[in-house]
Amino acid sequence: MKEVRIHGRGGQGGVTSAELVATAAIAEGKYAQAFPSFGPERRGAPVAAFIRVSDKQIRTREKVYHPDIVMVLDPSLPRLVKVAEGIKDDGIVILNTELTADQVRETFGINSRLAMVDATKIALEELGLPITNTTMLGALLKATGIVGKDALFEALEKRFGRLAEKNKAALERAYNETVIA
Amino acid sequence: MSKRVGIEVSIAIAEAVGLARAEVIPAYPITPQTHIVEHLSEMVANAELDAEFVPVESEHAAMSCCCGSSAAGARTFTSSSAQGLSLMSEVLYIASTMRLPMVMVVANRAMSAPISIWNDHQDIMIQRDTGWIQTFAENGQEAVDLTLHAFRVSEDRNVSLPIMVNIDGFTLSHVIEPIELPDQEDVDRFLPPFKPRYKLDPRRPITMGPVGIPEVYTEAKVAHDMAMKKAKRYILKAWNEFEEIFGRKYNPIESYRTEDAEVLLVTMGSISETAMTAVDTMRDAGQKVGLLRIRLWRPFPGQEFRRAVGKTKILAVIDRCLPPGALCGPVGAELRSLFYKIPGSPKIFSFVAGLGGRDVTVERFEEIVDKARAFAKKRPRELYEVIGVREK
Repeated sequence: MKEVRIHGRGGQGGVTSAELVATAAIAEGKYAQAFPSFGPERRGAPVAAFIRVSDKQIRTREKVYHPDIVMVLDPSLPRLVKVAEGIKDDGIVILNTELTADQVRETFGINSRLAMVDATKIALEELGLPITNTTMLGALLKATGIVGKDALFEALEKRFGRLAEKNKAALERAYNETVIA
Repeated sequence: MSKRVGIEVSIAIAEAVGLARAEVIPAYPITPQTHIVEHLSEMVANAELDAEFVPVESEHAAMSCCCGSSAAGARTFTSSSAQGLSLMSEVLYIASTMRLPMVMVVANRAMSAPISIWNDHQDIMIQRDTGWIQTFAENGQEAVDLTLHAFRVSEDRNVSLPIMVNIDGFTLSHVIEPIELPDQEDVDRFLPPFKPRYKLDPRRPITMGPVGIPEVYTEAKVAHDMAMKKAKRYILKAWNEFEEIFGRKYNPIESYRTEDAEVLLVTMGSISETAMTAVDTMRDAGQKVGLLRIRLWRPFPGQEFRRAVGKTKILAVIDRCLPPGALCGPVGAELRSLFYKIPGSPKIFSFVAGLGGRDVTVERFEEIVDKARAFAKKRPRELYEVIGVREK
């Protein structure tokens, strides 16, 4: 079983990206859960969402305490939130950042493996909005293969209809530009 | 063919209510039940469901409206949580003793104060004695299946009682997971149209709900109690019919790895899944631990529970409710009463955990089992223990 924690700000679509990954994994015949951090959420405030994906039935309703994967949608969040908290030893942190791996390690003190992409730039160019939730899914795919690209594209089409094309383009570009260190 | 989809549990419940062809849905939104009734109102507005959605002004009005619609012979559904459920309380007794079939999904939530929107079972335990049939779901699939089952049982002329299907707020209501949504055709086969024995009809006037003078009140209450006890047979029968059509089997009490167990955990609702993982972990470590999950809470299936306990000597019962000043939580009290003075009965230790959204983790279940073993050797001073209380 793989467990994912997504950090974003209220309104950035972290819950939607969790939903997309879970529904795609379920469509592939796997088992999955997606859930928000339960409770009231405010636009702009740091929020989290969670995913579990497994080949077997998932028998837990615990929150995610020790993620295999952490995905951060907003470049400013690692300054405010301990994004790598509780991550497994072989876990990976996927960041939306302009910084290099060395800069990330120095600035935020993250020792885990890293996957980095400037998702805000890609989202602005491809979608015209600094909303990075679908763009960052490209980085997630590249870094983990938690779900297949075809299934994820289908989930995007179901969720966004005619807007799916732009999101797919942003996702594809992020996939190609993601650097793993 | 039924289809397996990734879907939020609340939305799946609303879809199930649609498949059940509910006719009247009076509802008032409250967190964490909101998505269920929002989606139903969308289905009605989009003409996907041919029903009357009544956006009432309060939960008290919602339940009153449910009574009216059921009395008039309509298939009736509503949903609520916590303070909203409490606001319905006086009308809940009216629905049940008037023997009005209807289904309510309760997205279980803590009672304020302090204000909490998070999950536990205090809201439903307040309504324990309202005379409604009460079931508890442990995952999204069960939430869907128990909702369909509830319509079947409630409207069975041998039962004619309202049913609450309990789903844990947030930990079930807000989770996207894989669920088999059944076919309309199969649901129609399982759930024939509602044909009440009596209904309000201007052409054939009858009186419903008159005054119960002291000469009849006791008999009305005894009749209600007898109906609840008799209902168990039809609840089981409907689960058997459900299995025949949908292939999923439900029992009033479910056993998990209970063979040769020295300690049995007893749970209700969605913590049961985490408890199963805890049992696996403890079994891997060589501990003889099992789990009993209570699915049918009212009428309480005492016979089935005793049989499921078998020869196990220690029960660790977990309540998600802390009634101040009581001897222990309601599930603990029920089981102590069930085994009172029965020779060879197990030692029953009562625990309270998971209040107001506090997570009940695998480690917590391990702690509970350790404590139960210790208490079996040395009797504890208190009749129950609250798990995981922070002391600073």
